[in-house]
Amino acid sequence: MVNSASMATNDNFGQTERRDAWWLAPLLTALGLGIFGIYATWAAFQGVNYEWGPYLSPFYSPLLQFSWLPRWFSPALLILPFPLIFRGSCYYYRKAYYRAYFVDPPACAVGEILPHKNYKGETAFPFILQNLHRFTFYIAVIFIAILWYDAIVAFDFGGKFGIGLGSLIMLVNIILLSLYTFSCHSWRHLIGGRLDCFSCSKMTEARHKAWSRISLFNEHHMLWAWMSLFTVGFTDLYIRMVAAGVWHDWRLF
Amino acid sequence: MAEALLKVYRGDEKTGKLVDYKIPVEAGMVVLDAVHYIQGYYSPDLAVRWNCKAAKCGSCSAEVNGKPSLMCKTRLDDFDLSQPIEVRPIKTFPLIKDLVTDVSWNYEVNKTIAPFKPKTENTDEWKVYQEDVDRVQEFRKCIECFLCQDVCHVLRNHDKKDLVNKKDLFAGPRFMVRLAGLEMHPMDVANRIPYIKNEAGVGYCNITKCCTEVCPEEIHITDNAIIPLKERVVDEYYDPILKMWRAITGKS
Repeated sequence: MVNSASMATNDNFGQTERRDAWWLAPLLTALGLGIFGIYATWAAFQGVNYEWGPYLSPFYSPLLQFSWLPRWFSPALLILPFPLIFRGSCYYYRKAYYRAYFVDPPACAVGEILPHKNYKGETAFPFILQNLHRFTFYIAVIFIAILWYDAIVAFDFGGKFGIGLGSLIMLVNIILLSLYTFSCHSWRHLIGGRLDCFSCSKMTEARHKAWSRISLFNEHHMLWAWMSLFTVGFTDLYIRMVAAGVWHDWRLF
Repeated sequence: MAEALLKVYRGDEKTGKLVDYKIPVEAGMVVLDAVHYIQGYYSPDLAVRWNCKAAKCGSCSAEVNGKPSLMCKTRLDDFDLSQPIEVRPIKTFPLIKDLVTDVSWNYEVNKTIAPFKPKTENTDEWKVYQEDVDRVQEFRKCIECFLCQDVCHVLRNHDKKDLVNKKDLFAGPRFMVRLAGLEMHPMDVANRIPYIKNEAGVGYCNITKCCTEVCPEEIHITDNAIIPLKERVVDEYYDPILKMWRAITGKS
């Protein structure tokens, strides 16, 4: 038996007895969200190269152009706030950015920057607004409908059915966006989770079935969140590159 | 025979240190076996709480290499035995001695929760279908090891344990699980939503999911208990459309 160092009792920022790479997940999250945020902001301010042939970038859809807006004002700036508030109040992304950016906590059993008693969590402004997530979901559903329309139109090449690589990219993107949106925790609650009795009527039985199915997708909400974030960014990039003449759209027929 | 070096916290809240013990490692050995070896061969006064050694009583919670874990469910062969294994008491609750902490705060929180209130006391009228209790049965798996309470940063780092004024109180994940089990029970008629919002402090949870990560019973604490409770609070307090619906129809 040999005595060794005494045990620390108060955790300072990053202090932990964990030996694993606990910092890796928040670092990758911060990088992933950061890269997307920088790209989306840059793309939103471009105001050009957002459409080509039947393709329209999801950052600019629905395309709202008003003559009274200043020329520097990109149409994407009217669109992007809505998906931003949906993702920003999403139960998965909350975990991601509270850990990665607010380091509150950075990881489990790891010290925080401010282990203060004044912590308010989601009980006070601004984070109390997270309680409005279901309303951002309602808005997101409208955008999903519009993006499905765009994805279908992406197979219409001058009145003729055709398939380009861009058509497929837009289709994959809207499928993943739909999986992300309809695996939402608020939606899961509204469709059936708020019931205490599933067997009480035909309607509650139907809602139980819907709730069970949504629960299956909800288990992978994080996966859909990341995949759809990647595809929505890549869809914009693809259309931007094709519109700029850097890439050529590959037509299957 | 392979050996493991365990560094085990010895002491109380005021003073203490990690003490080294060399343990012969046998196949299938868990950290609690090693702690028992220490008691048997080196230090019979080493304080540790345990009962079943089968991950069902929830007694042997500790922090092994910094991770809140059940000692009886943490195998030695999962570690690189060329490195020492550190065993410390759970940090969120007051230390009594060595690996034993005073978790009585949790039992005091539990007393503040309105108990099950059935629609009718006549149990002959109770008819419950499986689909109605699937959710609740997941919550009933809880073994009250309090690892979720230990790792929850609202309790661990922000110390929201004020049971006197209840303004600075977060009941913690374990009791969100209990509350969810009661609120979702088809036979229960009590309304705990005001308690969940105002006293149990569900809004303090920022859903960083550490409770779910450490739960030895693999209860989906955040997704299936806390978030649904947050949504029920939204139904009651933050959703004007549902408020209007309730006012017009009289239905919840």
